[in-house]
Amino acid sequence: MISIGTQAGLAYAFVEREVALMKRYWLWELVWIIYGIVTSLSVAYIGLAVPIISGSAVDPVTTSRFVLYLLVGTIAWRFMGLVFENIAEIIAWERWEGTIEYTFMAPVPRLTHLAGMAGGTIIRALVFSVTTLFAVMLFIPVDLSHANAVSAIVMLLVGTVAFMGLGIASAVFPLLWTEKGLQMAYIVQAVVLLVSGVYYPTTVLPSWLQALSVISPATYVIEGMRRALLDGADLVALWPLVWPALLVGVLSIPIGLRAFIAAERYAKRTGRLKRSG
Amino acid sequence: MAIAVRENIGPPTVGAAHPALRAQDIVKRFRSSGKDVAAVDGVSLAVARGEIYALLGANGSGKSTLIRVFSTLLEADEGAVSVFGLDIRRDELAVKRLINRVSVEASFFKKLSAMENLVYAGRLYGVAAADARVRSREILIRLGIAETRHDEPLEKLSRGMQQKVAIARAFLTSPSLLLLDEPTTGLDIRSKREVQTFVRDLRDAHDATILLTTHDLDEAERLADRIGILHGGRLVAEGTTAELCARYGARGTLEEVFMTITGRKIEDLEAETNDGPAREPASET
Repeated sequence: MISIGTQAGLAYAFVEREVALMKRYWLWELVWIIYGIVTSLSVAYIGLAVPIISGSAVDPVTTSRFVLYLLVGTIAWRFMGLVFENIAEIIAWERWEGTIEYTFMAPVPRLTHLAGMAGGTIIRALVFSVTTLFAVMLFIPVDLSHANAVSAIVMLLVGTVAFMGLGIASAVFPLLWTEKGLQMAYIVQAVVLLVSGVYYPTTVLPSWLQALSVISPATYVIEGMRRALLDGADLVALWPLVWPALLVGVLSIPIGLRAFIAAERYAKRTGRLKRSG
Repeated sequence: MAIAVRENIGPPTVGAAHPALRAQDIVKRFRSSGKDVAAVDGVSLAVARGEIYALLGANGSGKSTLIRVFSTLLEADEGAVSVFGLDIRRDELAVKRLINRVSVEASFFKKLSAMENLVYAGRLYGVAAADARVRSREILIRLGIAETRHDEPLEKLSRGMQQKVAIARAFLTSPSLLLLDEPTTGLDIRSKREVQTFVRDLRDAHDATILLTTHDLDEAERLADRIGILHGGRLVAEGTTAELCARYGARGTLEEVFMTITGRKIEDLEAETNDGPAREPASET
């Protein structure tokens, strides 16, 4: 019988490992945090520059709303993007280091293993995103007077679940092909970025890309966060955006897990479950 | 100094009538240059509880492939493997709790310290962090790694030291069946002796079963109760050193046995296989 306490203890091993790696690679982590802050600031300054770029007067309230619109996109994407990419990156990293053999040989159910990895990833994404948010607020005044924080947090949690599933599914690529697999995962992430309305409404996309935006959970999460933080929408009002993202999460986690287990079996049959590089 | 191990070390009570490891007609083929090449070709063997069994063979003879099959990292195309009576596929998780492996390459998170890596490895096998720290310290010191080095990033330790940490990682989890894939390759003579003594102590004091692959004939003779010789993916001879020498070696040495069976010295075979294509394809295809 599988005890939840035992599984939580096993999953914690991966969280602790991620935190230990963050400490050891602190300089790299600092670089990525600074990079994230600068990226978000640059996007926010585009919002502030709208009157100059457009050559027409824009009232300060509209400008402030536009800045927050962009900031929500960039910071929410930073969070979900990290959740998505980190799981695939860890698998690739473990193959390069050769530790993948020991991880997969350990008596840890795959669900526990992946849940632990996702837990470590969420901590890292939270540190990055919260730091970015506060750093940006030091430079640019952000009007959160209408914000519904609870709704925004719920939307982010829903997005986390959805992106965990997508991250697990995309980790199949580096499990089978270390370098090419990671490249494939990045391409998937890039397409999700394009179609999810991170910096613009999805309605500006060509219709065939809008079709893709319908299946991206980020579309609903980012739109929901905007409505929560810009207009103070409550969860009842956001439900039409919550359920599709939740549906993707509920479906993508078991599908991603099954795909991962199938890929593991294939890797074991073909001798790919070993150090690469 | 006694080896610090968990209390639950030793063969499990489940399946007490079974050998520690039983492999039947194992075949593993890999695709190479458009053709199927059998890395392991119909190998059957059984390792009794508490036994140290050495698999000898040159590079490419199928030793590491077999170890990878036994350690659940590779699925055999044909045949069956059981560990203490548990089927390696059907009861995979239970089998994983009973085994651990040391490979020829020490693989770690190199930025983390030996202690951090060991605590992480211990957690994966259900060893509490505090317990893992105490026992890791004891094992590392026993293997000749000074305490001052335990918290240094592994990348700062020599290859030999890293290999010892890899050995400590396997010992820490108190496996009932320990799979050692050329564990002393790259170690100096003194380190080799330390590891060999430790392996013997582990078996003698805690009834662990050990399957060792090596191309070091001296190591096999020094450690093993029984020896199997792999050649071209097949188990071509098996027995105690004395039995093999009586059967094949006119002058009573393992080297003589090896030459008689394979027609070559082990060093010549290694040189040949090092120059030739690997039996397992590169994973990046």
